[in-house]
Amino acid sequence: MLQQTPPIVPEPPIARELSERFRSRTITVQPTRDSIPTVWVDRDDLRETLRYLKIEAADPYRMLFDLTAIDERTRTHRPDQPRSDFTVVYHLTSFARNNDVRIKVALTGAGLSLPTISDLWPNANWYEREVWDMFGVVFTGHPHLARILTPPTWTGHPLRKDHYARATDMGIYDLTEEKEIAEQEAMRFCPEDWGMVRQSESTDFMFLNMGPNHPSVHGVFRLILQLEGEAIVDVVPEIGFHHRGAEKMGERQSWHTYIPYTDRIDYLSGVMNNFPYVMAVEQLAGITVPPRAQFIRIMLAELFRISSHLVFFGTMSQDVGQLSPVFYMFTDRERVFQIIEAICGFRMHPAWFRIGGVAADLPQGWDRMILDFCDYLPKRLDEYVKLVMQNRIFKLRTVGVAAYTLDEAIDWGVTGPGLRACGLDWDLRKTRPYSGYDQLDFDVPVCTHGDCYDRVVVHIEELRQSVRIIRQCVRNMPGGPYKSDHKLTTPPIKDRTMHDIETLITHFLNVSWGPVIPPGEASVGIEASKGMNAYYLVSDGDTMSYRTRIRTPSFPHLQMIPLISRGAFVADLIALIGSIDFVMADVDR
Amino acid sequence: MNPIVFGLLNIVGILLALVIGAALLTWIERRLLGFWQDRRGPNRVGPFGSLQVVADMIKILFKQDWIPPFADPVVFVLAPAVVMVTTLMAFAVVPVTASIGIAGDMNIGVLFFLAMTSLSAYSVVLAGWASNNKYSLLGGMRAAAQMVSYEVFMGLALLGVVMLSGSFSLAAIVRAQSGLWFVVPQFLGFVVFVIAGIAETHRLPFDLPEGENELGAGFHTEYSSMKFGMFFVGEYIGIVLISAMIAVLFFGGWQGPLLPPIVWFALKTGVFVGFFILLRAALPRPRYDQLMAYGWKLMLPLSLLNVALTGAVMLTHW
Repeated sequence: MLQQTPPIVPEPPIARELSERFRSRTITVQPTRDSIPTVWVDRDDLRETLRYLKIEAADPYRMLFDLTAIDERTRTHRPDQPRSDFTVVYHLTSFARNNDVRIKVALTGAGLSLPTISDLWPNANWYEREVWDMFGVVFTGHPHLARILTPPTWTGHPLRKDHYARATDMGIYDLTEEKEIAEQEAMRFCPEDWGMVRQSESTDFMFLNMGPNHPSVHGVFRLILQLEGEAIVDVVPEIGFHHRGAEKMGERQSWHTYIPYTDRIDYLSGVMNNFPYVMAVEQLAGITVPPRAQFIRIMLAELFRISSHLVFFGTMSQDVGQLSPVFYMFTDRERVFQIIEAICGFRMHPAWFRIGGVAADLPQGWDRMILDFCDYLPKRLDEYVKLVMQNRIFKLRTVGVAAYTLDEAIDWGVTGPGLRACGLDWDLRKTRPYSGYDQLDFDVPVCTHGDCYDRVVVHIEELRQSVRIIRQCVRNMPGGPYKSDHKLTTPPIKDRTMHDIETLITHFLNVSWGPVIPPGEASVGIEASKGMNAYYLVSDGDTMSYRTRIRTPSFPHLQMIPLISRGAFVADLIALIGSIDFVMADVDR
Repeated sequence: MNPIVFGLLNIVGILLALVIGAALLTWIERRLLGFWQDRRGPNRVGPFGSLQVVADMIKILFKQDWIPPFADPVVFVLAPAVVMVTTLMAFAVVPVTASIGIAGDMNIGVLFFLAMTSLSAYSVVLAGWASNNKYSLLGGMRAAAQMVSYEVFMGLALLGVVMLSGSFSLAAIVRAQSGLWFVVPQFLGFVVFVIAGIAETHRLPFDLPEGENELGAGFHTEYSSMKFGMFFVGEYIGIVLISAMIAVLFFGGWQGPLLPPIVWFALKTGVFVGFFILLRAALPRPRYDQLMAYGWKLMLPLSLLNVALTGAVMLTHW
């Protein structure tokens, strides 16, 4: 059953390009299940390679899409890969080439350290902190290498294979008074740690702690503001309060039972989180999804995009002080949930996608329900545009506020509506169509100013486009099975189970242990409601994933807050936070 | 009737009507907001939920009355009292009808009203300062700037009315409108007064001192129990006060055909209270500096223009 990963492209062009540029070096190419070229470089060559890819190369790889690590110490199936205890993975994206590249660096023994690249890509700052926090890899030269997802008092590095996964492995926890005081003391903010001063020549700064509980931070998110009057001098965002070890859980849930966990990553987008996960597993397993399942997936994902964008629109207008719109939009969202409940039997977190298809076929009368909604929503949107977008105070609060340029957006890893509001029509549904998006007709809305107002405009236009996509799905829904009959689909198709002992055994094993996915690596990204969401899965030929990396769009978006809010007012910061469209579960995982 | 007894009845009656009316307003506002926002609002306690007020009062009275250890206790306690006292005092000069009213004929009525609303600004500023909390402080700072500047235009907006009627007495102003409501000749003054009035009561879109989305609850973040309740009721009395003043100054007060004067007064006041609530349902909140710029760069010139125009017209036509 276990098979070697077959090489897809023997020598990807980028590997040739690199070996021509750096002749003296040995560059190892690793075959992966996805089409992303994966190249191993030496630790000492890392910075030069990345600098070449970002700056010198023709059509450069301008975005650091992801930066993560793998604890390789217990991995058994890794042929053709250099010896490594910990592998740090850099995932770069080139918009001009419409291509990605994965650069890997092997770290062995005790010297777990790498030079930082946070001067090359500013968004590497948080990613490197995360890798330090989770794996204990030190990045030399990093401006502030502190824990980011776990509390400062945590010991150990959770994503290491020798770190426990369950609370029951921990020993009894009790919170004594001393411990509580110590924990709270560790939360105390010290401006000097962040290179901030307490006063300028003319004034004492006020340090305002906003969050983790604050009405406008959309969850548990802490911002520490350095204020002069109401003007913001600097901001330190602090995340991790919503961290629940989703990646670690991926290493002990079966491939199938992990699906519900993904729903809760971006909890506003429901099954849209299942999408990249099941597609990555399907790539590893070599499953082809039947067209009906593909269209059902698109339709539900777009319904969830509508639901998520409506929440965004409502809370955004609420954040600038408008009380009523949020109620109208939540009422509309309720209609979306009625449809989703009728199809999936669940409202917010249906976990309805399956490896190889979806959980069930569409119920009777589904098309009428959806078409009614498609007729209803655009009219309501027109009213909301009048109510919110044409309101003069709303414009005063958002036009030209908290703008960033396209270059800044790319440098900081901004994707989704935030990127499109700056003028780049980058939408994975168009640029790298997955699951049959290429058969659908829709536009990618783009604005140019990159301010709060434009971000809202992009969201509203996307709502209209989603309605358009859903209509086409309903009209052209293909027939046929809703799940692939591949042996690794979950739960396996039951038709043949009772016919002979072999199929019965296979069925029994696949249901009880879960399918064994062939070893290999695959990363699949989709255009989620908030930006590019990708699952990078490493299988070691087991019933569980060896490493589950979840690249969420909100994480880099929050990192950018200090850059755009310096010099603005507190009220602008609130408008900015509202316009980013994030949920903390998506940031902290 | 004995004038002393009548005077006492007047005082007690108006006081009770105001406090009960303001408390009822919390329910009315929530029902109206519910109506405008496609939801029901409180509809469980009593007929149409009207006893919600009683439930809220019981709840609020039984909440822990907490003074934070880091606050300045004397000022902290005083602040909510100031808002109640000053807004209630201001009502003394409002002539409800020709006969009902505590001191409707007071010859400095307009000035007294302005003085009392100015004093109520202290309540918010002191609350923000005494709480010793950064959010409250920011709220208090915003309140100080906002209320002090909008008071200027409020006073200037009234000058036109005073010039036309030739009196500072509110009853005299009402009587001067028997032919034509002042809203017609003083339309500019009316607009400026309404806007300044909203800013004085710090209601949306001018609720920056509270600025829920930015400052939590702004100046009353640290207040709980009945002290919070007093800010709450004080705000609603403020709404009634400003609405009543709009009715008195620009819409002929108690005057009107057929219906008894007190009904006319209540009707006119009620319409403006409803307008206040509608504003809250409809508008977002401007930024602090935008609010100040709007005041000094637009409202001030407008109100000065109004005074100059009124004076010019009076000089040429009277």
